[in-house]
Amino acid sequence: MKDFFYGLKSGIPISLGYLSVSFTFGIMAVSMGFKWWQAVVISMLTVTSAGQFSGIRTMMYPGHYLEMIISQITINIRYSFMSISIGQKTSKRFTGIYRYLLGFFMTDEIFAVASSKKIVGVSYFAGLSLIPWIGWTLGTTLGALCGNILPENVMSALGLAIYGMFVAIVVPEVKKNRPVFITVSASIILSCLFYYIPVINKIPSGFTISICAIGAAALCAFLFPMTEEQNGGNDEYN
Amino acid sequence: MNTTEFFKYLFLMAGVTYLIRALPFAMITKKIKNPYIKSFLYYIPFAVLSAMTIPAVFYATGNVYSAMAGLLVAILFSYREKSLTTVALLSCTTVFIIELLFKIF
Repeated sequence: MKDFFYGLKSGIPISLGYLSVSFTFGIMAVSMGFKWWQAVVISMLTVTSAGQFSGIRTMMYPGHYLEMIISQITINIRYSFMSISIGQKTSKRFTGIYRYLLGFFMTDEIFAVASSKKIVGVSYFAGLSLIPWIGWTLGTTLGALCGNILPENVMSALGLAIYGMFVAIVVPEVKKNRPVFITVSASIILSCLFYYIPVINKIPSGFTISICAIGAAALCAFLFPMTEEQNGGNDEYN
Repeated sequence: MNTTEFFKYLFLMAGVTYLIRALPFAMITKKIKNPYIKSFLYYIPFAVLSAMTIPAVFYATGNVYSAMAGLLVAILFSYREKSLTTVALLSCTTVFIIELLFKIF
């Protein structure tokens, strides 16, 4: 129970960031002709930002089922790597049905927070997922129903919440771990190339994130494979 | 759009997304021993987060300058190892103040 509440508490900053993003999604879906409950159901069942924004665009045209499948796979494939990564540090009890149920909640942000833990337990992960999921659903509902309820400057400020959190996870590790510093630098360089160079900046951003991350992490795994000593610390928890 | 078409699309979208997340999570349960794969999985979170942050963060707010200021504040306070919530709130507040200043002047 203590772990569950600790998870809930860790989920609060995530849900703050989610409110503003899902709010925008709600507004956009309704403006494209979706009913408010359709926007809400999409959010409740998929919980992806890039995937949803791209998905509703495909949904405007009937019959593009294959396009929907391919675009969702390319945009969301990064979640597979996150799932494998978190799957390596789960507690003993975190097996079978728990993995099928809680795997649903693997988002960029939940992954980010969970990955900063040495060991991830069932209660903790459940707590961590719950409030962001509620925030995501609530934000979509509010956006779809009441449009511009928050003043623009508050929305704008909330837009940074998620990135602030990412920075808070990455920087402390960069400070003390040189291979991580190089991984991060390589990833940033790749991501800027994909963002600013014409033609390749047409590739959907969810997919480019996967390419940059896999490229940078693979490079550094090849250059700086961790020694047993560095990994040793985690084994006592297994 | 009619409701049947909506639910067909919803089923595909939610189904594909769920499988992408849950299958690797449920299927790959053995501890990976290979040092290269272990290192790859150790580095991947930091690589994902930095690729998602830069350059997207610069366009996440009303203008590039407020975003840069917010990012700078986030880096500064996380370098001092403040908590996620503290860093997130401080960087949001910075954006809010900077944009307010832009409006005034």
